[in-house]
Amino acid sequence: MPTANDEIQRHIFGLLVENKVGVLGRITGLFSARGFNIDCLSVAETEDPTVSRITLVTAGDSRILEQVQKQLNKLIDVIKVMDLSEEPHIARELVLIKVNAGAETREEVFRIASIFRGKIVDVTPKTYTLEVTGDEDKIRAVINLLKPLGIREMVRTGTIAIARGQRVL
Amino acid sequence: MKGAEIFVQSLLREGVDTIFGHPGGAILPINDALYDSPIRHILTRHEQGAVHMAEGYARATGRPGVVLVTSGPGGTNVVTGLTNAFMDSTPIVVFTGQVPTPVIGNDAFQEADIVGITRSCTKHNYLVKDVRDLARIIKEAFYIARTGRPGPVLVDIPKDVSMSECEFVYPESVHLRGYKPTIVGHAGQIRRAAEMIAQAQRPVIYAGGGVIHAGASEELRTLAELTVIPVTCTLMGLGGFPGVHELWLGMLGMHGTVAANMAMNDADLVIAIGARFDDRVTGNLEEFCVGAKFIHIDIDPSSIGKNVRVDLPIVGDAKHCLQRLLQELRSIDKDWKAAHADWLAQIAAWQAKYPLRYHQEPEGELLPQFVCEQIYEVTQGEAIITTEVGQHQMWAAQYYHFMRPRQFITSGGLGTMGFGFPAAIGAQVAYPDALVIDIAGDGSFQMTMQELATAVQYDLPVIVAILNNHSLGMVRQWQQFFYGGRYADSSLEVSPDYVKLAEAFGAVGLRATRPEEVRPVLEKAIRLRRPTVIDFVVKTDENVFPMIPAGGSIKDMLLA
Repeated sequence: MPTANDEIQRHIFGLLVENKVGVLGRITGLFSARGFNIDCLSVAETEDPTVSRITLVTAGDSRILEQVQKQLNKLIDVIKVMDLSEEPHIARELVLIKVNAGAETREEVFRIASIFRGKIVDVTPKTYTLEVTGDEDKIRAVINLLKPLGIREMVRTGTIAIARGQRVL
Repeated sequence: MKGAEIFVQSLLREGVDTIFGHPGGAILPINDALYDSPIRHILTRHEQGAVHMAEGYARATGRPGVVLVTSGPGGTNVVTGLTNAFMDSTPIVVFTGQVPTPVIGNDAFQEADIVGITRSCTKHNYLVKDVRDLARIIKEAFYIARTGRPGPVLVDIPKDVSMSECEFVYPESVHLRGYKPTIVGHAGQIRRAAEMIAQAQRPVIYAGGGVIHAGASEELRTLAELTVIPVTCTLMGLGGFPGVHELWLGMLGMHGTVAANMAMNDADLVIAIGARFDDRVTGNLEEFCVGAKFIHIDIDPSSIGKNVRVDLPIVGDAKHCLQRLLQELRSIDKDWKAAHADWLAQIAAWQAKYPLRYHQEPEGELLPQFVCEQIYEVTQGEAIITTEVGQHQMWAAQYYHFMRPRQFITSGGLGTMGFGFPAAIGAQVAYPDALVIDIAGDGSFQMTMQELATAVQYDLPVIVAILNNHSLGMVRQWQQFFYGGRYADSSLEVSPDYVKLAEAFGAVGLRATRPEEVRPVLEKAIRLRRPTVIDFVVKTDENVFPMIPAGGSIKDMLLA
């Protein structure tokens, strides 16, 4: 079906869900069954222990993004869904990077960490482990700068996001 | 009170009078508790049959059908029925036994992760881990199954939960913070819909199964008659509008009438009510109703805008929305009849030029369309008709004119062969005095024919009218049209003698091979009031027309 704006966009959805066994399975199952992508996903309990919050990043044209939201809303265990990309929001991610830090590169790693307001959270004679927080662009930039120095291992939390202003999910 | 007893008491609170099921180790405590309860348990010969019976019961009555099966294979055998109910929005609640909680996950005997397996084919499902949750979960299961867009719910009950004790308190109400179906349509949208309807030159109403689920047939008829707008229904919507009516176009879609499909193609406004623009209706979306605007009323927001871009969406219950829409329309001063005279004349011309047709030679081979038309005439349009899936299903839809909702019970979305016979049994259980006929194909009937034993055991006078063409007819038709006449794997060369088969089960077996035998055989079957199989030996290479090939549009329609 031709539509006015059918280019692929990346959207961040915030979800409140019942904090029960199997809820994540229902959500990932929905995505695989309907052929939607999950670019990244993060889940944790909220201030109310019966409710978990999920941040889910997906890509699709406007029709698919609308279906994603509607299908998520249909799940009984999904309490609320918000398309955060439709409004001003703050998105953050945390990355831990274990990078080579021998005699020649220690200074450079340290410099990059401070430029990105990262922290060195673990040190060995051969490696530094950095913790960096930021939006997707910042995380990508720091990874690109550290790559030539030799990243041994890294782990990202995936995006979490919240609406700006007084609006809440 | 023991869990098994809580189960019985909870079902009684929900007004359940019948369960369709098959026992086994993990569910035995519940079968035992049912033994001296007022709830009737119908023992089926396969769990798939049990689910289709529950679907037939639910579709005939509007009340949730209930299934009780054991763990493992009991559970896996209900998957087809659950998927069928999910696609056709049928309210059923399926209870499965499960191995005791301490051994879940240990690959115990007859263990299957049925909650995991059925997650994508249920509206919702539950594993009951604590007997104290059982009553609440049963309450929620029935509530979810029958409200909003209805659908199947599965509740998995481990054996130790059935056997544990706790105090029985049935909840008064349901609290589900993530589930609040929208019933009342948006008033402003409904007002705008009335304005669009008033401005349209060539409007068509396209109604689906949602009209039947919502009990909105009366409102649909009033809407059509008030505004003088012609009506077409999907396969699932048949019976939602009288099949004999001057505004009736017949079914639309792949095997719909020419008039219905032409009217959709030429319409400037399509009013979709409780329908979901399935591909068997739309064909090629690029060429579907290109000149039309769409109003779409549906209780499921995800059905709106899924396949076609809708100009005016209304989320809500069809009955409620139509009542409000009628109020708006009544306040519009318009001579609807005059306004739509040219449009209706155009439609009448299509109907006259392209009626559904076949020609039964008096001395020739028996034609399946003739049998369907005879069934309609002999039953005076009053029977509850179920079908299997294939050519016979389309002929039943075309040649039986359904006059009331819940009269036609078929497998629409999933297309499940083997559905119709158990569904007929379920409908007959719900209405013991009704005349229930499964119009079947020989291929489909062979998938669930063992339920003949169930029909005989409970003395259910269902009639199975097999249109026996000795082949998988719809497959054969596609092979003729699209695979160069290479009839791979579609010939049922070896089939049972259906008369002897029926007799072996203790049912009645009858046969008709010539046109003049059809009526007497039907009359005899109806008179007998016993489970009966009629073998109508029909022409093998008869095809269903009209036909719009899959993914095609009206310009690709084959008429003969």
